[in-house]
Amino acid sequence: MTTLRPTPGQTIGPFYGFALPYPGGPELVPPGRAGAIRLHGRVLDGAGEPIPDALIELWQTSPEGEVVQRPGSLRRDGWTFTGWGRCSTDNTGTYSFTTLRPGGPVPFFALTVFARGLLDRLFTRAYLPGSPGLESDPLLSALPADRRETLIAQPDQDGYVFDIHLQGERETVFLIYPGQPTR
Amino acid sequence: MSTTSRTDQPATAAPLADQATISAEIAAHAAEYARSGRERIVPLLDYPPYRSSLLRHPTKAPYQVDPEKLERFAPVFGHSDVDPLEADLTIQHRGEPLGERIVVTGRVTDGDGRPVAHQLVEIWQANSAGRYIHQRDRHPAPLDPNFTGMGRCLTDANGYYRFVTIKPGPYPWRNHTNAWRPSHIHFSLFGTAFTQRLITQMYFPGDPLQPLDPIFQSITDPKAREMLIATYDHDLTQPEWCTGYRWDIVLTGSSRTWMEPTE
Repeated sequence: MTTLRPTPGQTIGPFYGFALPYPGGPELVPPGRAGAIRLHGRVLDGAGEPIPDALIELWQTSPEGEVVQRPGSLRRDGWTFTGWGRCSTDNTGTYSFTTLRPGGPVPFFALTVFARGLLDRLFTRAYLPGSPGLESDPLLSALPADRRETLIAQPDQDGYVFDIHLQGERETVFLIYPGQPTR
Repeated sequence: MSTTSRTDQPATAAPLADQATISAEIAAHAAEYARSGRERIVPLLDYPPYRSSLLRHPTKAPYQVDPEKLERFAPVFGHSDVDPLEADLTIQHRGEPLGERIVVTGRVTDGDGRPVAHQLVEIWQANSAGRYIHQRDRHPAPLDPNFTGMGRCLTDANGYYRFVTIKPGPYPWRNHTNAWRPSHIHFSLFGTAFTQRLITQMYFPGDPLQPLDPIFQSITDPKAREMLIATYDHDLTQPEWCTGYRWDIVLTGSSRTWMEPTE
């Protein structure tokens, strides 16, 4: 059994921009590669204002549904799909990843959200619209309809749009996993 | 770098609270926590003394979900990602940075005490004068041409990380009038599972700014707060070279091998 108390989190603060983002961070595959899609969206606060100092991390399966366990996310070689990326929001609160469509029974993008003003990280999932099995997914089927919608990305011409609302009427469903300390 | 100016405050900024007001709010939250009789070892997300949290905290409870297979794994980083030299923040430029050279080392484990081996640790910090190299930092303290303030390393087989850096200075911010952040180093950590992701801050022992700081005090449990304070360890010091601090980190939950024996 788990016995040690975990180290508490703290906000990422305003000044991570010179340290955490890195060249190629949001490009899990090179843009323009066959099969490349875009996952993008805005991070918004409780007033609906964009958050220009948020950081989003993406973790996903390969198109074949495999959990990738290969290094190379920080120095991409242009060929190895690592399944992980990192993107800071721009002045309009927008993040944008270039990646491949995840596979598996009910595919989703696992996202971690950090921001100035956010005292601890948040976890969420962006599901793909129209996936078979979406209705029977244990998480989605347990949520009321209006909350469920916050976890389903919308298709656009390049891939998917997924806005993240930290607060407000359309507040995104954030996740906690068994064994994690509660507030 | 942008030009530093002391007068470029936004004209429409709301009047800022003073430290006494913020301290009273901090004390009220601490008293409420003591009365509650329950244990909460994570920071509050809705913590008004940290003004930037007002519109940036979820108001609905998080939804508890069993992790899918993807979430029971974490990205893998290797020597192709991180050069060993990145763990020494004092050798990134031509000269020696100004300030107190320190070693910061410790062990990353999961909740069972098992080491998190060969995993990525990233740090970033202000220089010894309390200035970040970030463009938005307008604190009129000097930049140090020999110090960037970011480093990376991989934990070893026993979960240990080790950085050489400079002790960061405190710096002013605009949460309230005359607000100063205690000296701290930002830490970013990965476990063996996506669910263990952690970004936090390491503080230094005996810093008088800690009781005044709404970010540190957003963790209302005193023992949980203490987990963020490093220990001065004279055994880590090196004669004529540096002092040393030890800081161990515990990630949430158990490692994947325990949770997922069949995969």
